[in-house]
Amino acid sequence: MIAMLASLGHRSLDFFKRLGRGSLFLLRVLASLPSLARRPGLVVKQIWATGVLSLVIIVISGAFVGMVLGLQGYNTLVTFGAEESLGLVVATSLLRELGPVVAALLFAGRAGTALTAEIGFMKATEQLSAMEMMAVDPMRRIVAPRFVAAIIAMPLLAAIFTAVGVLGGYFCGVGLLGVDDGSFWSQMQAKVLLIDDVVNGVVIKGLVFGAVISWIAVFEGYDAIPTSEGVSSATTRTVVHSSLAVLGLDFVLTGLMFN
Amino acid sequence: MRPHATLKPDLATPSDPTHSETLVRIRDLHFRRGQRAIFDGIDLDIPRGRITAILGPSGTGKTTLLRLIGAQLAPAAGTVEVDGRDLHRLSLVELYAHRKRMGMLFQSGALLTDLTLFENVAFPLREHTRLPASMLRSLVLMKLEMVGLRGARDLYPRELSGGMARRAALARAIALDPMMILYDEPFSGQDPISMGILVRLIKQLNDALGITSVLVSHDVAETCTIADYIYVLSGAKIVGAGTPEELRAADSPTVRQFMGGLPDGPVPFHFPGKAYLDDLLELPA
Repeated sequence: MIAMLASLGHRSLDFFKRLGRGSLFLLRVLASLPSLARRPGLVVKQIWATGVLSLVIIVISGAFVGMVLGLQGYNTLVTFGAEESLGLVVATSLLRELGPVVAALLFAGRAGTALTAEIGFMKATEQLSAMEMMAVDPMRRIVAPRFVAAIIAMPLLAAIFTAVGVLGGYFCGVGLLGVDDGSFWSQMQAKVLLIDDVVNGVVIKGLVFGAVISWIAVFEGYDAIPTSEGVSSATTRTVVHSSLAVLGLDFVLTGLMFN
Repeated sequence: MRPHATLKPDLATPSDPTHSETLVRIRDLHFRRGQRAIFDGIDLDIPRGRITAILGPSGTGKTTLLRLIGAQLAPAAGTVEVDGRDLHRLSLVELYAHRKRMGMLFQSGALLTDLTLFENVAFPLREHTRLPASMLRSLVLMKLEMVGLRGARDLYPRELSGGMARRAALARAIALDPMMILYDEPFSGQDPISMGILVRLIKQLNDALGITSVLVSHDVAETCTIADYIYVLSGAKIVGAGTPEELRAADSPTVRQFMGGLPDGPVPFHFPGKAYLDDLLELPA
């Protein structure tokens, strides 16, 4: 019993220690952001690496999620004779929830792990140390551009995911199941709101999820134990922690936004 | 940088640090890792323009000492002065400005794996200078020529042998023409040919460019051929110091064990533990 309590205590202490280290790290990252103004090229290159290279998985998953929404939405709506609203159902569920959340989970798996593994490997092979000795601050040269790039890329990917998803829903609903083309789009046009749905959903959630994932990913990489085992467990932690953080934050954000 | 120091020399302090013969001055240095004392009050002077070696068995914290000189680690107590400035009191900006004048050769080379050799050597130049492309190219090729790798400039670090990687890292370390280079185990894991090349390169850089060299190593023979002065580090203390000849003639049993490569002596062969017999007779829990 005592041993259990003690181990619980140790675990929570470890958790808070880590959280503290992570927060200090975040402050250092934020402090090195201004230097990026002089080197925008570094950020652009990382947007390509984290964003553009994630496009394939985002587009394919978006299409399938949209198609499934089209099928399931139709089956439910048709029992009420409301299948005309399929466009609205597909668009709102993608814009408000599925777009940002699923895109974020995929992004954590595709780009977050790559960030952690890359930075962790650079640490393990003393590349970060060598940069320090060359008077190049790795926080500015390596960490900050990756952090910013992921935050920029995430809402864009969520938007692309959503757009492709709507097309997938259209393909299933209108193309396969015979929902009226005009009402699919006009219901969507009439009921989807710019601020409530698009900004709140894709933009704000996308930015928040992007910030959390990239914070976790770069911190885990930078904080990794510099061995192959250390880097691999840091990569695992990135996926687990950022997925949980995305799902938890989504609940909080939804509660705040759509209440 | 210091116009007053050169125009109006302060007579009250004749040993102006910028002109002193000692480039690195370490006083009463303490460093701990967990419970273990790595350094327990070390004094050490590294003269300008010479090759100073720090020898010692592996695990005595030689690399840690280099990291303290490079201010990547902070001491628990004591001071590390380089060129008259206490590194651990500098602001981050000052420290980074200072580091531009130091080069370090890492044991692993630590080349940036996603860049070619050319880009690796160009990296510090691109980061710190705004040179026109043609001048940058000439500079990089000159550095690569010095280490004999001009022809390999388009290769990636993964395509190099260990010795070549270390030479490439050396080219990068001298890219900004530093006043001092720290060498971390430059000879370990090298075949006899690349060992010979490295020994010659270090000597050449020191003689031709007047670069102060600090070298940590456990390769006694190679180090003795090029070092002007040697410190022997063991058990968190400096146990011997002198020119290679002086050390060979030293009386201290630890120095003699190390210089002669004897397996057992004051530095025990066995890692500390309980008595052998007790350990064997003990029943597993």
